[in-house]
Amino acid sequence: MAPLISFDNATKVFGTGERAVRAVDQVTLDIETGEIFGVIGYSGAGKSTLVRLVNALGESELRKLRGDIGMIFQQFNLMSARTVAGNVAFPLKVAGWSRQRRAERVAELLDYVGIADKARSYPGQLSGGQKQRVGIARALATSPSILLADEATSALDPDTTQDVLALLRRVNRDLGVTVVVITHEMDVIRSIAHRVAVMEAGRVVEHGPVYDVFAAPRERATHRFVASTLRDRPTPETLERLRHRHPGRMITVGIREGGGSGTDVTAALRAHAVDGTIVYGGISEIDERPFGSLTLELAGTDAAIDELIAQLRRTTDVDDLGTAAVPA
Amino acid sequence: MNRDWDVLTPILLDSVRETLSIVSITVAVGGVLGLVLGVLLYATRKGNLLHNAVVFTVLNVAVNVVRPIPFIIFITAVGPLTLAVVGTTIGNEAVIFAMSIMATFVTARIVEQNLVATDPGVIEAARAMGASRLRILVTVLIPEALAPLVLGYTFLLIGIVDMSALAGYVGGGGLGNFAIVYGYQRFNWEVTLVTVLVIIALVQLAQLLGNWLARKALHR
Repeated sequence: MAPLISFDNATKVFGTGERAVRAVDQVTLDIETGEIFGVIGYSGAGKSTLVRLVNALGESELRKLRGDIGMIFQQFNLMSARTVAGNVAFPLKVAGWSRQRRAERVAELLDYVGIADKARSYPGQLSGGQKQRVGIARALATSPSILLADEATSALDPDTTQDVLALLRRVNRDLGVTVVVITHEMDVIRSIAHRVAVMEAGRVVEHGPVYDVFAAPRERATHRFVASTLRDRPTPETLERLRHRHPGRMITVGIREGGGSGTDVTAALRAHAVDGTIVYGGISEIDERPFGSLTLELAGTDAAIDELIAQLRRTTDVDDLGTAAVPA
Repeated sequence: MNRDWDVLTPILLDSVRETLSIVSITVAVGGVLGLVLGVLLYATRKGNLLHNAVVFTVLNVAVNVVRPIPFIIFITAVGPLTLAVVGTTIGNEAVIFAMSIMATFVTARIVEQNLVATDPGVIEAARAMGASRLRILVTVLIPEALAPLVLGYTFLLIGIVDMSALAGYVGGGGLGNFAIVYGYQRFNWEVTLVTVLVIIALVQLAQLLGNWLARKALHR
């Protein structure tokens, strides 16, 4: 199937001459119909600019293939002078719906996002989570095929974040809306995205299915995002400390699906008659699939350990850390 | 003194009525024109909805030129224009004309300053929903800034009451004229004091009303 949104070498430059900033730099990316696509990056990475190209809020160099677009924002951007119902009705008014049809649609939407009882309240009287629900109802009013969420949960507390993410997941699954989530929070990507693009300095440095990107990160930025949710690999300082207690040969093994699970590691240790002591690590899940790493101190003959490492490397990544006497 | 007030009270009441009519006409005319000018001033500023450097510069300079002119000088300075439009340079109508021009420029700046504080995110959201620029200006921007605008207009109203006191200088009426003719020129300090108290009462009423309306507009 043709992609819903296609960036073909998209570049966006602000300013001119020496002060020009390439906010988006030669991005080529396809977003497929019906998926939840995450764009993760630190502030200034260009992710907001990238999605604003989709919405043509900046001038646009992209090809919008089909469908209209709804958008939700970090600060909700609700109109404080209108009631909840008035906010949700606004895009319908713009689209020229009759009063009667507007009222029906607004009631339906507020019910769907779970704030039907707040129809006559003003945004100033709502909590952050409720405000974002209004934002979502408003963005969905004209039944768009794409929903852009720009840091939509970044102003919310963790519990509310999970509620709003669950709602976005529901919007994706029930209504078939393609959701593009922009965030700097790894947990948001982990909990709802199917595929992810990691952005740094205007470029997409890595992209693919969320599990593949984060279970086997290649780029420094991706490593940092993994570390933000899972501190599984020892820092150089931690390693120094570990070596005092564990002077033997240490390795860090990536834990992931397909031959790199904890069971596979244990089986390999036994097969090569090597003893392994877990000294550091962390394992979590994406998509109910494990990812993370374990750092082990190994005891056995050098030859056996070398063979063990060679075997593990066929299915996962192994960092040979050497011994306290001869660090790798 | 009591004998004086038998005569003076009806004149005072007439003056109050005259002041109210001068002020309300000026607020209506200057308030509406100033709102249009102020919205334009805001919208044509760099990066805003109707971004237009030429229009912005012209409006901005015009406001900056007119606004600082002391009103008593302004009345005489626009004399030829007043004569052309109203047909005379004296009396209430001539004063209202001059006041409306000044009020327009003052309002324009007040409106612009209150609009600048509107959350640009709300404008962006409205743009994202496909609303036209004009629709956003009228149905989003102004309602969003309503509470500060109401307070701004209250401030304006009080400034106009102040301006209206000068009507007496060019043959107009109202409380300013009353205080000068019956108080100052007749060495009757009591009349001046009463006039001051009436003006204070009017201004207080206006401010209370303005505060109440602004609170209603806030929706918190």
